[in-house]
Amino acid sequence: MKIGILALQGAVREHHRMVEACGGEAVLIRKVETLSEIDGLILPGGESTAIRRLMDRYGFTEALRSSGLPMFGTCAGVILLAKEVVGQETGHLNKLDITVERNSFGRQVDSFEVELEVRGLEERALAVFIRAPHIAVAGNDVQVLSEVDGKIVAVRSDRHLGISFHPELTDSLVFHKYFMDMVKENISKKMSV
Amino acid sequence: MQQTGTERVKRGMAEMQKGGVIMDVVNAEQARVAEAAGAVAVMALERVPSDIRAAGGVARACDPRIVEDVMNAVSIPVMAKCRIGHITEARVLEAMGVDYIDESEVLTPADEVFHLKKDDYTVPFVCGCRNIGEAARRIAEGAAMLRTKGEPGTGNIVEAVRHMRMVNQQVRQIAVMSDDELMTEAKNHGAPYDILKEIKAHGKLPVVNFAAGGVATPQDAALMMELGADGVFVGSGVFKSDNPEKFAKAIVEATTHYQDYELIGKLAKELGTAMKGLDINQLSLEDRMQERGW
Repeated sequence: MKIGILALQGAVREHHRMVEACGGEAVLIRKVETLSEIDGLILPGGESTAIRRLMDRYGFTEALRSSGLPMFGTCAGVILLAKEVVGQETGHLNKLDITVERNSFGRQVDSFEVELEVRGLEERALAVFIRAPHIAVAGNDVQVLSEVDGKIVAVRSDRHLGISFHPELTDSLVFHKYFMDMVKENISKKMSV
Repeated sequence: MQQTGTERVKRGMAEMQKGGVIMDVVNAEQARVAEAAGAVAVMALERVPSDIRAAGGVARACDPRIVEDVMNAVSIPVMAKCRIGHITEARVLEAMGVDYIDESEVLTPADEVFHLKKDDYTVPFVCGCRNIGEAARRIAEGAAMLRTKGEPGTGNIVEAVRHMRMVNQQVRQIAVMSDDELMTEAKNHGAPYDILKEIKAHGKLPVVNFAAGGVATPQDAALMMELGADGVFVGSGVFKSDNPEKFAKAIVEATTHYQDYELIGKLAKELGTAMKGLDINQLSLEDRMQERGW
C-alpha cells in the first residue's frame, strides 16, 4: 500500500516514519502528478495558512478537491479537510462535513500531551496537541472518535479521517493503522466495483 | 492527564515549522505581509539586525507593545527575542503568551557566563549555534530548536553556510564513532555526553536546526536547505529589500522547492535589489554577533 504525504511544509518526516512502521510504503508528494501513484494521502501538521498558499500555487487545491483518495489530516491537515473554518469565508478542500476552529486550546504555552480514548478501539492513543484546532460542529455523516474537555478532536467519514493533534510525534501507531485500514477498505471497494 | 511544556510538546512545535520560513517583523503591518506570503511564524522585533548594527548601543528585548500588536495581527505563531541570560525578559515574554523565545546573540548579552536554564520554562526556546559544542550545550539547557548563528544583519550568507556545514559534519562524525570514543569527543567540544549519545543513537540532532544570519536572496534560502537546514529565518532580508511582498513570497517558495532551479530563477528575476551586504572581514571581532554565547 502506497501512502502519500503532502510534503509542502511541516511534519513530513514523522509521518513517513509512522507509515513505514505500519508496513506501508511512504511517498513524499511535492507535485500533483504524483497523486496518481498513491492509495491514500496524509495532510501533515504545519502552518495551515502557509500550506494552503503553496497548495494553491502548485495546483493541489483543485486536484485534491476533485480527488477520490482517502485522506488523513492531522492538526493543520484537519483544517484543510474541513468544509468550514471559523473566521474564514470558505473552507479549503471541503472533504469533511465539519466546522473547525483554529488555535482553540490557546497559544503554545497551553499546548499539551495526553492519552486519548478512541471510540471503537481498545488501545489508547498518545496525542500531542500543539496550538491545536478543534471540531466545533460535526455533520450527520461524520462519526466522532474522540473528545478532550468536551471538545471534538477526532472524526471520520467514509474516506476521510481528521484529528486535531499529532500522533506522529509519538510512537503510538493507533491512528496511522486506523487510516491504513480505511485505505485498504477503499481499495477492496474499488476492486469489487 | 494533560501535561503542558513537555519536551515533546516544545520540540514538536518546532517540527511543525519545518520546511518553512520565519520572518523578522517590526510591526503589525509587516507581520501581515509575512503571513500572507506564507511565513510559518514571525519574529517580533523593535529593529531588524542590520538596524541594530547601525544604531549601536545596547539592544534589549522588544517593546511589549510591539509584541502584543504583532500577536493580535496574525494567527501564525509569534516569536520574540530576549538577551542571552536575561531571565526576566524571558519570563515577561512567556507571561505575554509568546509562542517561542529566541535567546539571541543579536541582542546585547545580559550575562557573559551563563545561558538561561530553558527547560524550566513552559514556552519553548530557540538558540543559535556554530558547532556541535554550542548545539549540544543549548539542547542540554532545554532549547527545543536550533538555528545557525551566521552573521546577522550582514546579508552575507558565508557564516551561516560555515555553521550549517560544521554542525552537520560533526553530527555525521558522531554518528559513525565507536562508543568508546564518545567521551573524549564530548570533552573536546565541551558538549554534554548524554546529548552526544542521543545524536549517535539517532544519527541526527534531537531538535530541528534552521538556517539564520545572512539570508538575503531566494537563492540563499534554497542553498541553506540544500545544505540540510530544516527551514530558514530571514531577518533583515525581507523588509530591507525593494519589494518586501514579492521578496517574502519568493523566499517562501524557494525554501519549499529548493531544488527547482528553473522556478528559483524565475522568482529571482522578478525581484528588485536585495539588501546591501557586508563583508565579514570588514567586521572587527567585537562587532561579530556570532562571538556572543558561551
